[in-house]
Amino acid sequence: MTQAAAGRETPLLQMQGIDKSFPGVHALRGIDLTLMPGEVLALLGENGAGKSTLIKVLGGAHQPDRGSIEIEGEVVSIHSPADAIRAGIGIIYQEFNLVPALSAWENIFLGRERTTAGFIRRRDERRRAQELFDRIGVRVPIDAPCGSLSVAQQQIVEIAKALSQEVRIIVMDEPSATLTPAEVTCLFDIIRDLRAQGIGVIYISHRLDEIFQIANRVSVIRDGEPVGTVPIEELTRERMIEMMVGRKIENEFPKHRHPIGDTRLQVTDLGRGQAVRQLSFEVRRGEVLGVTGLVGSGRTEAARLIFGADQADTGTITLDGVPLRIRNPRDAIGSGICLLTEDRKSQGLILGMSVRENFGLPNLPEFTVAGFIREEEEAQAFTSHVDALSIKIPHQEQAARNLSGGNQQKVVLAKWLQRNAEVIIFDEPTRGIDVGTKYDIYLLINDLAKAGKAIIMISSELPEILGMSDRILVMHEGRKVGMVDDPATATQTQLMDLAVG
Amino acid sequence: MEMKDGHSPFGRFFRDYGMIFVLLLLCVLFSLLTLAEQHPTGVDAGRQVADQIVNQEGSGAGVVIVTRDTVEDHAFAEAIQAELSERGAIVRASVSGSPADARRVISEVLARGESIEAIAANDVTSRWTIYEQFEGLSREQIVTPQSHTWPNFLKMSNLLGVANQTAIYAIIAIGMTMVIITAGIDLSVGSLVALASVAGALLIRDFGGGAEASTGMMLLGILAGSGLCALAGAFTGAMITTFRLPAFIVTLAMMLMASGLAFRLSNGASIPQLPPSFFLIGGGKMLGLPNPVWLMIVLYAVAHIVMTRMSFGRYLYAIGGNEEAARLSGVPVKRILLIVYTISGALAGLGGIVLASKLQAGDPKFGLMYELEVIAAVVVGGTSLLGGSGKILGTLIGAFIIAVIKNGMNLTAVDPFNQKIVLGAVLLTAVLIDTLKRRRA
Repeated sequence: MTQAAAGRETPLLQMQGIDKSFPGVHALRGIDLTLMPGEVLALLGENGAGKSTLIKVLGGAHQPDRGSIEIEGEVVSIHSPADAIRAGIGIIYQEFNLVPALSAWENIFLGRERTTAGFIRRRDERRRAQELFDRIGVRVPIDAPCGSLSVAQQQIVEIAKALSQEVRIIVMDEPSATLTPAEVTCLFDIIRDLRAQGIGVIYISHRLDEIFQIANRVSVIRDGEPVGTVPIEELTRERMIEMMVGRKIENEFPKHRHPIGDTRLQVTDLGRGQAVRQLSFEVRRGEVLGVTGLVGSGRTEAARLIFGADQADTGTITLDGVPLRIRNPRDAIGSGICLLTEDRKSQGLILGMSVRENFGLPNLPEFTVAGFIREEEEAQAFTSHVDALSIKIPHQEQAARNLSGGNQQKVVLAKWLQRNAEVIIFDEPTRGIDVGTKYDIYLLINDLAKAGKAIIMISSELPEILGMSDRILVMHEGRKVGMVDDPATATQTQLMDLAVG
Repeated sequence: MEMKDGHSPFGRFFRDYGMIFVLLLLCVLFSLLTLAEQHPTGVDAGRQVADQIVNQEGSGAGVVIVTRDTVEDHAFAEAIQAELSERGAIVRASVSGSPADARRVISEVLARGESIEAIAANDVTSRWTIYEQFEGLSREQIVTPQSHTWPNFLKMSNLLGVANQTAIYAIIAIGMTMVIITAGIDLSVGSLVALASVAGALLIRDFGGGAEASTGMMLLGILAGSGLCALAGAFTGAMITTFRLPAFIVTLAMMLMASGLAFRLSNGASIPQLPPSFFLIGGGKMLGLPNPVWLMIVLYAVAHIVMTRMSFGRYLYAIGGNEEAARLSGVPVKRILLIVYTISGALAGLGGIVLASKLQAGDPKFGLMYELEVIAAVVVGGTSLLGGSGKILGTLIGAFIIAVIKNGMNLTAVDPFNQKIVLGAVLLTAVLIDTLKRRRA
C-alpha cells in the first residue's frame, strides 16, 4: 500500500540537504530523507557513517548547519527535544530514557504529569497507560518499577511513551540489538501495527535479515553522504552490504577450516546457582566453538565463570590437560585465558585512558622493571599490533573513547594477543560493529584458530554462528541443550528449536 | 582530521597543568596589590647606614644610634656600631627604647660637650619629634636605611611562610589525590592528623623520657604516629574492598572513630612540652627552606614518578576510569585500593606528626576540617571527583592556589568572613571548569 501511496500523498517527513559539521569533522553532507505515512524506512550505514548525527538532528539534539525539515508539508525548526516531540517525532534511543525506580505509567507521563492542583491524577494516568499498552497489544506489568522489567518490556514502555505524546514519526535506533529472537518477532508485530495506524517508522539496524522482514524502503548513508534510497524489493543482501561498505564483499563469513587438534580447554560440570548448571564441553586446538542461546540462557555467565569474573560453585577447568585454579580474572589471564566482553565500553576498555595504556593494562608485568613502566617497549609492542590488526588510530595517545566500535574491539584484542592467550572467548564480537570491520574480525578469528588457539565465540546472530563455527554449543536456562557438530548442514531453525528448549 | 586533543607537548602541559597560570596570575595580582615602601632592617641595613654616615660625615664623626627595644632593632644597632667603630667613627651612645630615653641620652651627650654629627635611626625612630628640641641638630643629620618599593607578598619571609603553611595540607593531599583518582574519597584524614599528633606525642612523653627524648625515640614517635594512621587507612581500604562499602561512608565512620580515639587517648587535652629535638621535623630549616617544605618537595617528586612512571600509578587511573574493566583486564583492584587507602592514612599521619612538631604539642583538636581543605586543593588542582583523571603536581598547584589566595587576602586585609566566601567561590569555579572541560571533550 505504501509504495502506491508514495507518489500521491504528502510525505510525513521530508529532510532536505541536511548539512552538519563539528570542529574537524564534516558529519553530514546534503542528506535527503523522505518518510511516508505508514511506512518503515530502514536507515543503513556503517558505524560513523552519520546515522546517529542525522537522528540527533531530527530529535533536536543537534542543529543542522544547512537544510530544511518538513513535517506533513510544513517547514519546522527543531531546536530542542521538546520541539521534536511537539512536531510529532518520537525517538527511542539504544539507551533507554527510563527512570528505573519508577513504574511504567509513571515513566510514560514523566515530565507531563496529569495533575489537579499539583496532585498527580494517578488513576487517570494509570488507565491511560493501560490503554496505550492495549493499543500496542502487549502485556507489561504496569506497576512494577521499570528497572525490574526485561529489556524488551522496557522498550515497549518507551514505545508507549512515544505514542502517549501523539507522535506520527517513531525513530528506533538498533531496537533489536538486545532482544531475543522471540522478542524481535513481537517487536515487528508492534511495528506493523504502528504502520497500520499511519505512523512512519525510521528503523536503524545492523542486522540485514531484519531489514528484509520489516522495511519498505532502505536509505543508505556512507561517510555522511547519501548513497541512495531503494525499495526493499529491489535489494539483495549483497547489494545492501555493497552500498554500505562501498565495495563488494564476496563472502560475508569467510570461514577457513583448519585441521582440528587435541583438546585444549576442557570444562567439566561447571555451575553457578541457576545461571549455569552442569555445563561440560571442550574446545580443541584450532577450533572455533560457537555458543548460542537466548538472552539469559547462561552463555555470558558461563564465559565469566571460565574467566574468573564470577566465582563458580562447581566444576573443573583444565587447559592442555593441566587443571586450573581460577579465582579471579588475574588467575585466568595468568593461565592464558582471556575474555573479550560483550560490552566493550563498560567492561572492555577504560574509555578515558589512551589506547596504548589500555593495551598495556594486562601486559604491564611484561613491560615493567622494578615497578617502572618502560613506555617505549609498550609503545613498540602496541605498534606491531596496530599494524597487524590494521587498527585505525591517529596516534597511540588517542583516548579509547574516540574510537569506533570496531577499532575498540581490535584494541581489546591486541591487549590479549600480547598476553599470548591460548583460549580466547569472544562474547558478541561483532555487536554494534559495521559490516566492513566485522569482516576483519572474522578474518582475525580465522587466523587465531589457524595459530592453534582454542576459540569460544558467543553470539546471538545465528548466521554468524553458523558461518564461523566448527561446532556449535546451544544453551537454554543455564544448561547445554545441544551440540551441533556440523554447522555446514545445520539451519537457523534447527538452532532456534534447540535454543527455546 | 586534526582534533584539538592537546597532543602537542605544550597542549598537554596546558591541559594537565593549566592551573599554574592561574597561580602565576594570582601571584602577580597580589604583588601589585601589596606594593609598599619597604624599610630594610637588621644587619645589612645597619651596615648600609654606617657606610652612609662615614661617606657623608667622614671618619671621626660623632654618632648617636637611636633604635627601639626589639630583636630586629638590636641587630640593626649592633651592626651599625660594629661597622662605625671599624671605619673610625665615634659612637657617642646607642639608645634602644622610647623617645623619652632617646631625648635623655642625647641631652647627656650634648651636656658632656660632645658633638653629634649624625644620628643613625630607622624609619620609625627617625620620625620621632624629639630631635627638633635640640639646637644644632637638623633633620639632615638623621640617617636611615635606604627604603625601596617592593610587594609585601613577594617578600621572602612571606613566601616561605606560605610554603610552610601549605606543606602539611599538600602532603596529605598526595594521598587524597591518589584516592580520588580511583574514584574514591577519604574523609578521615583530618581526624587522622589529630590521632597521629596525639599518639606520637604520648609515646614521646610517656616512654621517650619527655624533654630529653633521644633521636631514636623521636623516630619511633614518627613511625608510630603515621603507622597507626596507615593501619587505620588499611582498615578503611579493607572495608571498602571486602564488603564493597562506599568509601564516603567508611571514611566518614573512620573520621568519627579516629577523632574519638584521639580524644580518648589524650583525655581531651593538649599534650604539650615535647622535647626540643622533636621541633626539628616541623620547625627546623635546611638551606634556608623550612623542613616541612623539604618533606613536601621530596614526597611530591616521589609521588609524581609513581603516578607517571610506575604500574601502580597506571592501575590507579584504570580503576578510577572503570573499575570493572580494570578488574577484567587483570588489574589487582582490591590490593591496589587497599594500598591507596593505606598511603592516604600514612600521609595524614605524617602530616599530624609534622604539625605536632611545629606546634610542640599533640592535640585531639588538630586537623579539624583538614579533609575539606585537602579535597579542595585536589579539586582546584584539576583532579576530577569522578575518578580516572588528575595529576599529582596539579594538586600541588591547587594547594598553592588556595594558600596564595588566603595569604593575599590576609595581606590586603580582607575581612575573614569575606575570605570564606571567596574560597567557596574559588572551589565552585574549579569544579565548574572541570565540568565544562569534560563536557567539551
